Amino acid sequence: MKCFIGIDLGSTTTKAVVMDDTGAPLGHGITNSRSNYDTAALVAKTEALISARLVLLRQSLDKSSTLTMSTDNVLYMLERHFRLAQFLVQLDNLKRLCGEKAATGNYKEAPETLNTALEGTFAALKIELSKLFEPGAVRKSDFFRDLAGTVYMEVAEDQAAKQDIKSDTLINIYDKSIIEVENIPPAVDMSETFLIALNSALAAEEIKTEDFGKVKETLTQVLAIELEETYVVGTGYGRARLPFPKDHIRSEILCHGLGAHLMYPKTRTVLDIGGQDTKGIQVDEHGIVVNFQMNDRCAAGCGRYLGYIADEMQLGLHELGPLAMKSTKKVSINSTCTVFAGAELRDRLSLGEKREDIIAGLHRAIILRSMSILSRSGGVDNELTFTGGVAKNEAAVKELRLLVQENYGDVTINIDPDSIYTGALGAAEFARRAVEA
Amino acid sequence: MSAKIETLETQKDSSMLMQKEMINSNYDLLTDTANNGKKVCSTFVPGNLNELIQSFGMLNNLPETNAIQNAMRQQSGDMIQTAERMGHSEDVCTYVKADIGMMSKGNIAPNGKPMPNPDLLLLSYTGCFTFMKWFELLRQEYKCETVMLQVPYQGDGEITQNMRDFVVKQLKEEVIPALERVSGNKFDIDKLRENMRRSAKAEDDLVWVLESAKNKPSPIDAYFGAIYYLGPIFTAFRGTQQAVDYYKVLRQEIEQRIKNGQGPITPGGSMGKEKYRIVMEGPPNWTNFREFWKMFYDEGAVVVASTYTKVGGVYDQGFRHDADNPLESLADYCLGCYTNRNLPKRVDMLEKYMNDYEADGLLINSIKSCNSFSAGQLMMMQEIEKRTGKPGAFVETDLVDPRYFSAANVKNRLESYFQMIEQRRQGNMIASAR
Repeated sequence: MKCFIGIDLGSTTTKAVVMDDTGAPLGHGITNSRSNYDTAALVAKTEALISARLVLLRQSLDKSSTLTMSTDNVLYMLERHFRLAQFLVQLDNLKRLCGEKAATGNYKEAPETLNTALEGTFAALKIELSKLFEPGAVRKSDFFRDLAGTVYMEVAEDQAAKQDIKSDTLINIYDKSIIEVENIPPAVDMSETFLIALNSALAAEEIKTEDFGKVKETLTQVLAIELEETYVVGTGYGRARLPFPKDHIRSEILCHGLGAHLMYPKTRTVLDIGGQDTKGIQVDEHGIVVNFQMNDRCAAGCGRYLGYIADEMQLGLHELGPLAMKSTKKVSINSTCTVFAGAELRDRLSLGEKREDIIAGLHRAIILRSMSILSRSGGVDNELTFTGGVAKNEAAVKELRLLVQENYGDVTINIDPDSIYTGALGAAEFARRAVEA
Repeated sequence: MSAKIETLETQKDSSMLMQKEMINSNYDLLTDTANNGKKVCSTFVPGNLNELIQSFGMLNNLPETNAIQNAMRQQSGDMIQTAERMGHSEDVCTYVKADIGMMSKGNIAPNGKPMPNPDLLLLSYTGCFTFMKWFELLRQEYKCETVMLQVPYQGDGEITQNMRDFVVKQLKEEVIPALERVSGNKFDIDKLRENMRRSAKAEDDLVWVLESAKNKPSPIDAYFGAIYYLGPIFTAFRGTQQAVDYYKVLRQEIEQRIKNGQGPITPGGSMGKEKYRIVMEGPPNWTNFREFWKMFYDEGAVVVASTYTKVGGVYDQGFRHDADNPLESLADYCLGCYTNRNLPKRVDMLEKYMNDYEADGLLINSIKSCNSFSAGQLMMMQEIEKRTGKPGAFVETDLVDPRYFSAANVKNRLESYFQMIEQRRQGNMIASAR
């Protein structure tokens, strides 16, 4: 079948959306942008195709409802095992690369000692990490780097102690290897991985033998469908790095405008807060951009600002929003300059302000800045759609709702849980129009 | 065919070479005052009284042009940081800091020789408040005679007789006596008239060249390309025979380009298909001038009219140096500076450009450290969008501080803008087909 693909290479993450020839989105994928845009684009695209396969499988299973378990459960089970299989391939790569580094003799510890420590580390890693893919388990991130990194640090410490070596050496080996692991292009053919996943579910007794046969048959049929990459459009900061001809590259502002329009056709204003950009975009009834404004060369008050604050407070990025929601007192932070905000934050802490109140103030500062960009782009007209990574942050959303209400009255604010894919969705639609229109 | 192209290239070269030689010759004269005995007058481009200065046999040195020259040679960054180390704030006009940094680094002219100290600081346009502060700093440094001609702002959008009389009075009572004292020469009104007559001639040809952009495709880029065309008339050559000759040659070249149906010449060669016709507001960025220009011509965007090319005179709005009323005409010149016009007048001018040049949109390059230009620009853009129905956009850079040019950010906005014009064009086509 014909597939139209949009890839959005952002400064923090790379996103891809696969669309069919009717304009219906089939699947999406995301990865961290790392320092290698080529691999990031390939990984995101592969992920989007994987998710498209799962959507096609769901459609086929829904048609033939003779299973004893629900389609939802089949997909949940299959995806977990698929992710685990995929994860274990990357873990093997990591192990191999770490082993190679240890064998170079560049460390003061003997290669044999390091190897023993690494063996122990990876054995424990495999057990710990597999637990993340058990039914009901919650993963804090979808990126291998995040999941493997946290556990590695803990496990390596134990192993280093056992071998009486410095855990710093093991961490150094990891740091050098993880970049390489991320830059290994993913296997293009995932059919085999899907079948391995299904077998592993059977082995774990998560699927009955009678269902297994039927699912396997449907899965094989779905895997046989060729997902033809009919046209690919790239957008985002890394767009120029994509190996595409120029007419396959679209501005992210246009893609965000069109993507938001596809999600919410009544949208007339789009606010996108990404890693290093904040954009206010006005679109017409066809999703065509009529005006836009964005921050100038200084990325103050963008997503990176939150990342920096999280680091300063030794918190995970995802913990900021929930913490800010606990705020009971309004603390105003004047600076959206990333560096000044760090100073202001420490100053407030020393004055005895609570962390949650300060963090809430920081969220407000970001939204205040984006309100100024929004008004410069022409204000908020009718429905406002909030996109970009920061739209996932509940505290930012709360401040936005308050300030939009204050400035523009009752305006519908749309936030899609998949809003991070808005740019890629618009790009996929541009790809479709390039061929179909 | 190839012979034809060659001729064209040579013709292009002749005006370019002439321009280059002229600018260099002025630097050579300036850095040779020890031998030629000429007196030096430092002044600014907007409102400059070149005809008058030269009628006293004095040379003209323009600090902001020096800053531009240094920026295009990638030297302004160091100079600005030197000025900041001396205590000047990051937010101060970067022309000023480049100039101060240049002074403290031996005041070396682009020809590699030291600049002479000025004998006179002549500020003939106070519409830019920073100019006044700048000359205060220079007066402190050089301790030379300083004249500040107060130019009233066109708050109501017009030049009144009162304003004119006020400026003429200052010319008679302050400026001319100062020039006489410093140069040691008596004021000769006939020399001034002669200079002004030549100015008007060159101005006629310059206006013709700028208005040639009404052609489709436009044979010139009226912003990036026009910067080179303006060099002589904005600097030390207005009122000279050299300027008259230069603009004649330039005009002939452009006439030839129109005949051949050619677009502008860019650093990347002759421009390809003209896809977007843009009106520009605001000065260019000088540190990344070519990179900035490339972002336009790579996308097929040509600037058909710009306001920056009018900072040295709004000739296309009808102003000419008038030899029959020399002092009144000089007063009108100072009062008529582009940034001395109030916002409604600037909006009117932009709207006229949008219509007369059949532009696709208005693009504003907003300069971080230039409030004379930047204040009110967003309002201006929105007004133009309302009046013309054409899209506007905003990019933000700086004059000569390389730290304020983010290529990725500017490129992102420009590409978005051009694609937006294209998308709207297609949208309109679909809408009209329905």
